[in-house]
Amino acid sequence: MPHDHHDHDHGALSPSGHPYRKDDDIVLSYWQMMEISVRELLIEKGHITAAQVHNQINTMDARSPANGAKVVARAWSDPEFKSALLTDAGQASRDMGFDIGPMHLIAVENTILVHNVVVCTLCSCYPRNLLGLPPDWYKSRAYRSRTVIEPRKVLSEFGVEIAQDVQVRVHDSTADMRYIVLPAQPKETMGLSADELAYWVTRDSMIGVGLPQAPK
Amino acid sequence: MKVRVQNHWPPGHIRTPAYLRGKTGEIEREIGLFNNPEQNAYRLPPQQRRLVRVRFTMAEIWGDAAETPDDVIEAEIYAHWLEPA
Repeated sequence: MPHDHHDHDHGALSPSGHPYRKDDDIVLSYWQMMEISVRELLIEKGHITAAQVHNQINTMDARSPANGAKVVARAWSDPEFKSALLTDAGQASRDMGFDIGPMHLIAVENTILVHNVVVCTLCSCYPRNLLGLPPDWYKSRAYRSRTVIEPRKVLSEFGVEIAQDVQVRVHDSTADMRYIVLPAQPKETMGLSADELAYWVTRDSMIGVGLPQAPK
Repeated sequence: MKVRVQNHWPPGHIRTPAYLRGKTGEIEREIGLFNNPEQNAYRLPPQQRRLVRVRFTMAEIWGDAAETPDDVIEAEIYAHWLEPA
């Protein structure tokens, strides 16, 4: 039992079988210190309240890939919406009721001829206002540099093999636009309702490193 | 329309990736006018710049080292970085 005595073995596993994580007793970085200082000053001087900051964090945390899945599922089941989405994905998402703020969104469609994948080589631009926070690997130097050099190899490491007669199209989010991939609809799902279709749409399929999957 | 990304290396906050400078591509679409981040990043009054999406082939960017020459990369480039090719 880990907490029965004081000098227990720190290499031991938790009851759930995972190693204990070290406490993050590290010195704050320059930018962490800067963020805390500016936030506390803004609150102290009455420009914003702590509750507003917390609400904003909650709003961002409440956004998830499920929002994007609903957008994709509707595009699969409603040709008019699909055409609106490919024309202006930001407006189409707003018209569905999603609060995506001022985000400019472009939807890129996978077909039998083209496979799209999204990366931000300069930083970590991601359609956060629709899909929530990006996965950690999306921000890694390896993903950001390799995806523009050897996208097929990167995709194969995600378990996605692209046939040689399909063009890979890498979208580098270098400036003001954000991107969502509209994956090709799996044949097995033809005729399903938009609600059922949404369960097939994975986060990775909207970044382009995955394909839609049958719900577990 | 064919365009070349200028091969400039100015200091500052630049949103034209290094690997695309000096490369030639095809305009994929016009996106509209946006504040120039090179001024915006420093709180200088930003000029509005045309932003366009440019499509480059892997062969153009990586030459013989391209993984698949006909695959493409598309990126947003501000018009003041582009010249006719």
